Amino acid sequence: MAGHGTSNYQPKNKVVRWVDSRLPIFSLMNEQAIVFPTPKNLNYLWTFGAILSFMLATMMISGIVLAMHYAANTELAFDRVEHIMRDVNFGWLIRYIHAVGASMFFFAVYMHIARGLYYGSYKAPREILWMLGVVILILMMATGFMGYVLPWGQMSFWGATVITNLFSAIPLVGPSIVEWLWGGFAVDNATLNRFFSLHYLLPFVIAGVVVLHIWALHEVGNNNPTGVSVKSSKDTVPFHPYLTMKDFFALVCFMVLYAYFVFYIPNYLGHPDNYIEADPLVTPAHIVPEWYLLPFYAMLRAIPSKLGGVVVMFSSLLILFVVPWLDTSKVRSAKYRPMFKIAFWVFVISCIALGWLGSQPAEGVYVMLARFFTFYYFAFFLILMPLLGIIETPKPVPNSIAESVLARHHGSTATVGSGEGRPDAAPAAPKKD
Amino acid sequence: MATTEHTEEHQEPTRRDFLYIATGAVGAVGVAGLAWPFIDQMNPDASAQAMASVEVDVSSMNVGDSITIMWRGKPVFIRRRTDAEVEAAKETPVADLPDPLARNPNIGSDEPATDANRAAVDREPWLVMIGICTHLGCVPLGQQGAFGGWFCPCHGSTYDTAGRIRSGPAPANLDIPPYTFASDTTIVVG
Repeated sequence: MAGHGTSNYQPKNKVVRWVDSRLPIFSLMNEQAIVFPTPKNLNYLWTFGAILSFMLATMMISGIVLAMHYAANTELAFDRVEHIMRDVNFGWLIRYIHAVGASMFFFAVYMHIARGLYYGSYKAPREILWMLGVVILILMMATGFMGYVLPWGQMSFWGATVITNLFSAIPLVGPSIVEWLWGGFAVDNATLNRFFSLHYLLPFVIAGVVVLHIWALHEVGNNNPTGVSVKSSKDTVPFHPYLTMKDFFALVCFMVLYAYFVFYIPNYLGHPDNYIEADPLVTPAHIVPEWYLLPFYAMLRAIPSKLGGVVVMFSSLLILFVVPWLDTSKVRSAKYRPMFKIAFWVFVISCIALGWLGSQPAEGVYVMLARFFTFYYFAFFLILMPLLGIIETPKPVPNSIAESVLARHHGSTATVGSGEGRPDAAPAAPKKD
Repeated sequence: MATTEHTEEHQEPTRRDFLYIATGAVGAVGVAGLAWPFIDQMNPDASAQAMASVEVDVSSMNVGDSITIMWRGKPVFIRRRTDAEVEAAKETPVADLPDPLARNPNIGSDEPATDANRAAVDREPWLVMIGICTHLGCVPLGQQGAFGGWFCPCHGSTYDTAGRIRSGPAPANLDIPPYTFASDTTIVVG
């Protein structure tokens, strides 16, 4: 659907036409961001893509500015952050925009992923789109983790120590890999220096993968709350002004929340121990990563073996790559999947519970609960996804997006008509260009 | 005619095939050769590798005292243990230990984790260990935990009075650095 057609674009401005016939950048923008057909029933959960693009830009701009005032050296780093806070003009603002921005970025990406899981956006033909998203998530985690090390506080240092030590669980080569990551025999100046370098690099890598992600999206088109593929132009509206305005409104609401954190509770999501300078001789009583990594940290600690914990933690991310093939149901949207809907919400509760457990000490009942929710996390993907597609009877799926929208606006009349919609045929039908 | 030529070309390697493979091989070796410096630069550099040894004056340490020194960026625990601690460690059968190896480079590998093998040679009250939990690298707290030795606050590993892992997720006993007693009151670590 995307990228083809709409060849009748004729810029009115002479200069624009001159440029466009040599570098068709205006045609590209017109096709991909103006007339691009989007399902007319997209809800506000579909605005997180635009919000995430905004967050990536915000993080890159604020980060580049912070790098102008920071020094990646163990002797200086902690003081330089305070220098940014106290001496640099508006340094406090830019630093809080960046630090809170990381949390907002992850909040948005988790909403984006949950929306994809709920509405089956990972299913054919969007597998590559989904997998590129998983790549972005992993890159974001690596970037966020390395960024947290840079202030060189106690949590920075000990978080870096614990996370890099995960690799020591690898048999035989583990300890060598850890020393290679450290550039020494402990987390030290070499480590801080390279983390800064990589923390600066990875956002550009993310931006590159985001381009591929959007490219893949515009090749297959948006999924939508019904999960039914676009069948005719009746199902769609042009991206501009409908989606640009909707995205913009959602973005403004998101920015209100973001600004509330930046201006009123900038340290709410941080850890007070990170305002103590790193000390390799004193481990804080209770090491916790940033909130957005807590569910994975809980899974790491739930397993009583070192290697087992590491394997489970990394598997919890890698399993996302195969989700398109684990789900056997032909119906995309959980709206029409009564059993999957329950499984999904229990999964969401499990993730939140794991997040909370990750912040608690690893002992007693917390460990038992973490094991239970870790089991459900994997059971959701490995047992429920394949099984529900077979045993579940989906509700009738509307024949088209237009029909479902009309049904909503004209009472129940069209819903009766949708009864004939075969649950398996509608969403599986490939789109025609 | 063209088809015939192509078929013949595929039957026997030609000079062109040889050139393709040779070029590819040289290119691959070149890329690998150039990649290595970029990978190896991340390994501990010469200054970190330099096995700087640290001399520690322990003349002021009484029975029951512990100190922590830094060696190669890592904390090293030096403890002059009480008789009760030594006895407790001696009474524990090696068979009860999750990790039966002494992990003491001063006496060679594969030695059993008896108290004598963990402690300084001929100076059993003295215990010198790298103060890094073998789980994920935190610094354990001394004279805490169920076994009266060390307790890691991060993930709850417990070590006994000879620094041997007794419970928790850590897989191995605390490592022992290479060290010698230069005199009765001086320890050289490294």
